[in-house]
Amino acid sequence: MEYILIIISAVFVNNILLSQFLGICPFLGVSNKLSTAVGMSGAVCFVITLATLVTYLLQRFVLDPLNVGFLQTIAFILVIAALVQMVEIVLKKISPSLYSALGIFLPLITTNCAVLGVALTVVTKEFTFGGEAHMLNLGESLVYAFATSLGFGLAMILFAGLRETLALNNVPKAFKGVPVALITASILAMAFMGFSGLV
Amino acid sequence: MSKLNLITKGFVKDNPTFVLLLGMCPTLATTTSAINGMSMGLATTFVLILSNMAISAIARFIPDKVRIPSYIVVIATFVTLLQFVMQAYVPSVYDTLGLFIPLIVVNCIVLGRAEAFANKNSVFDSALDGIGVGLGFTVSLTVLGLVREALGSGSAFGWKFMPGDGVLVFVLAPGAFLALAYLLVLFRKFIAKQ
Repeated sequence: MEYILIIISAVFVNNILLSQFLGICPFLGVSNKLSTAVGMSGAVCFVITLATLVTYLLQRFVLDPLNVGFLQTIAFILVIAALVQMVEIVLKKISPSLYSALGIFLPLITTNCAVLGVALTVVTKEFTFGGEAHMLNLGESLVYAFATSLGFGLAMILFAGLRETLALNNVPKAFKGVPVALITASILAMAFMGFSGLV
Repeated sequence: MSKLNLITKGFVKDNPTFVLLLGMCPTLATTTSAINGMSMGLATTFVLILSNMAISAIARFIPDKVRIPSYIVVIATFVTLLQFVMQAYVPSVYDTLGLFIPLIVVNCIVLGRAEAFANKNSVFDSALDGIGVGLGFTVSLTVLGLVREALGSGSAFGWKFMPGDGVLVFVLAPGAFLALAYLLVLFRKFIAKQ
């Protein structure tokens, strides 16, 4: 039951893009076409889940016992950068087709704040899913990370679909490009506000 | 480029928020009020100036292939420093901004200035560049925060000028997108004259 609550909360109620504002750069940058949005979402999903697994273990078994919690920011960003690089190398060897499909998105993910944001959230914030406030354990963290990236994918794909249609319409000159995209995002965020209070 | 120009270009010509559209995550997330926006801008400026200076000083010793990871480590170091300073002197601001302080590490403005300016200019010029771009970012965030605070809760910098609650949606997530969209349009129309 708790896992279901985590998933609903991360995908709909506290959507990472539309209510937490993490990962806005790819949200605005690569949402022009539906196919690239799907590729980006896939890559982010993969990296967020993997990065959360590694940084969670790093925090609990290295930083906490050694009492060097202040190194968290530096350690996490290095781990994420190294991880992205490694995923890139492995993917190139194992599945060249997936590698070429993800293309430029893979290296870009290092500086996507959603990845670092989720990694930091699961080790620092207390959650109240079905009971008392508590720190997430490893299983819950992984479910939370995966669900969050699903929420990223959902918002990204919806937004890309809207923008594809929007591109065919006439908009005033000053609104062209980003402003009209932001207004679309605002309406989408209002729609997602309807889910608040659900969990 | 004159020294003064280095400082002023961040306000209009290379404004990080309204022209370059960089660092959107903290821009949208922390501007629920003018004070919060300004705090976030100043925190970023602090990191930007120090990392620009450090990177411009050490850039020629860093091999080209590993420069981006090296820059990120330098930036992360200053962000950690900033976390200590804020926890010591302004703990309430630190708690309000929360996650977005460590996330300065992945703010594209900071890495962008390191890559585009600091690694090929002198330490002094890089410091000026950091001040200029940082203040441009701070002003943009303060304006956005002010607009959202005024419309959303009828106050400015915490001073209430209107009774009642205002249009609550401007303090919530959709209002962030909406306010930024219209400010962007006004900026394009009247200041940048596109």
